[in-house]
Amino acid sequence: MAAASPVIRVRDIVNRFGAQTVHDGVSFDVHAGEVFGIVGGSGSGKSVLLKTLLGLRRPDAGTVELEGRDITAMSDSELRRVKRRYGVTFQHGALFSSLTVAENIILPVVESLQLAESTLQSLAELRLRMVGLPVETGSKYPAQLSGGMVKRTALARALALDPALLFLDEPTAGLDPIAAAAFDDLVLYLRRTLGLTVVMVTHDLDTLARTCDRVAVLVDRQVIVDTLAGIVRNDHPWIREYFHGARGRVIGDDGDGGAARGA
Amino acid sequence: MPDDSNFRAEIDAGQGVLRLSGDCRAADLGSLEAALASWQRGGAQVLDLTASGEFEIGAAWLLKQSFLVASAGGVAPEIVGTVPTHFDYLEELLAAEDPSHHVTPPPPPRRWLPRFGHALEERFDSWYQALIYGGKLILTAGVAWRTLKRLRIASVVRHAYETGYQAVPVVAVIAFLISVISAYIGAQQLRPYGAEIFTVDLVALGVLRELGVLLTAIMVAGRTGSAFAAEIGVMRLNDEIDALESMGVSPYEVLVLPRVLGLVIALPLLTIVADFMGLLGGGLLARYLIDLPWPQFFARLDEAIGPTTFWAGMVKAPVFGVLIALTGTFRGLQVRGSSRELGRLTTVAVVQSIFLVIFADAVFAIFFLEIDF
Repeated sequence: MAAASPVIRVRDIVNRFGAQTVHDGVSFDVHAGEVFGIVGGSGSGKSVLLKTLLGLRRPDAGTVELEGRDITAMSDSELRRVKRRYGVTFQHGALFSSLTVAENIILPVVESLQLAESTLQSLAELRLRMVGLPVETGSKYPAQLSGGMVKRTALARALALDPALLFLDEPTAGLDPIAAAAFDDLVLYLRRTLGLTVVMVTHDLDTLARTCDRVAVLVDRQVIVDTLAGIVRNDHPWIREYFHGARGRVIGDDGDGGAARGA
Repeated sequence: MPDDSNFRAEIDAGQGVLRLSGDCRAADLGSLEAALASWQRGGAQVLDLTASGEFEIGAAWLLKQSFLVASAGGVAPEIVGTVPTHFDYLEELLAAEDPSHHVTPPPPPRRWLPRFGHALEERFDSWYQALIYGGKLILTAGVAWRTLKRLRIASVVRHAYETGYQAVPVVAVIAFLISVISAYIGAQQLRPYGAEIFTVDLVALGVLRELGVLLTAIMVAGRTGSAFAAEIGVMRLNDEIDALESMGVSPYEVLVLPRVLGLVIALPLLTIVADFMGLLGGGLLARYLIDLPWPQFFARLDEAIGPTTFWAGMVKAPVFGVLIALTGTFRGLQVRGSSRELGRLTTVAVVQSIFLVIFADAVFAIFFLEIDF
């Protein structure tokens, strides 16, 4: 694939539920190696957009291209192959509670390749080290993990097949600020060393400022895409409220600085 | 695209040379693994990477691990060409201190005597917990009895409806069929002696004293005991039980007691249905297999059943109801942590409640024999 073409190209997405239109002509590109944030109010269709990007939901109109291939017009078997190219973490981790951490992490590998037990163990150890978890965490069960460890395990599982593209849904929700900052650092570090492209849905303004190169805001069934600095200066009332309201002042004060760091 | 892999691995077994070419991606891990294994067996002397392209991190890790294993003997294999770019990152990961070595090693496996003792201890603990559970429930029931509001009539009625009324069809059909089967076998055994008429005695006593209530209880244990355990177990997993307790609401009062009372009401009513259907099945079989007209059937029935026959079956129903409801809710509340636990405890709830029902039935049988009931 050519370096210039976007990793994700979304064109004129329309999503409807009955009479209610959630997205009406959503278009944006995500470029290789960038961290792309998606924000929006509750009910603005962030989850639906994410599901559309993952190919879990076919949009009512429009196209989604991952690495130049339109996933909205694919057969199920083609789509399965494309799905191996990305990793996903879900908001609450979605770890399989009856499997150990190590079994969770190597599940995508076990399902798609035939490897010896020792190789699988070795790969589980690699992913644990990559997300900064002690190796013996592998023998624990998800119920025994703290919130931060659950998120890291979910990330390790998302990385299991060496994806080029990583989708993170609310990666820092429910973490304390220190754990959230550590998670942000981890994402940035992995992006830098592995050259990943990251798409994250987040409400955490600190995470947005620290990690995201560009931000897409879902308002009025449309999307506004810009650098964080540009978005902060936008005049849309909802965006003003979001970034300059009672809880937005932290980023409002150094929004430019944060965006400059990401750019 | 990753679909058409250009990865090749060649082994020169004589000199211990592994020649890798092309890009190595996740899909190539299988062939890489096989190549590395045979390279190790063949001495692992030279790693030729001159024609190799990009290694994804998982592949680079396996290569690195294999290289480290080969170097462990003292002499590191010679590397020709450039190492994968991710090797630096992997060095970094390996160099980072792994906090693992602070943990205590797992305890050594127990010998049979300590293992037996441990199992015994767990069993006693489980009984002790069940005893506490029963005690708490009696306390709650005592409190609820005094203030009618605490009794939660609506909830009790709902559970009686769900566990009783909705179970009527299945209980009716099972009772009818089992009764027909036992009457048929009984009639066949009695025919050589010309005593077919006693088939009526057999069915009447069997159904009213034992079969009606026992079959109903076993059906309900499978149907309702599992539902109770699963329902309460999922609430436990969702922290709903903790939420109730944090509001100062006792889960025993809102979850357990209504289920127990509901089943105590429902099970006797279901038993009446089962008794009726059982007698009907016996009567129909007598009518059409041994040509016993209905008036004679009823006359024989009247003679066969004594004043206590019906009640000997009936008094057991509430007891079975309590046993099933207690086991289901108790196991449900024990669920911790994972969905597997939920499945295990639901199974335990059904198996144990069926066991307890049959055990209690045996106790009743001996008791009734002693007091000549």
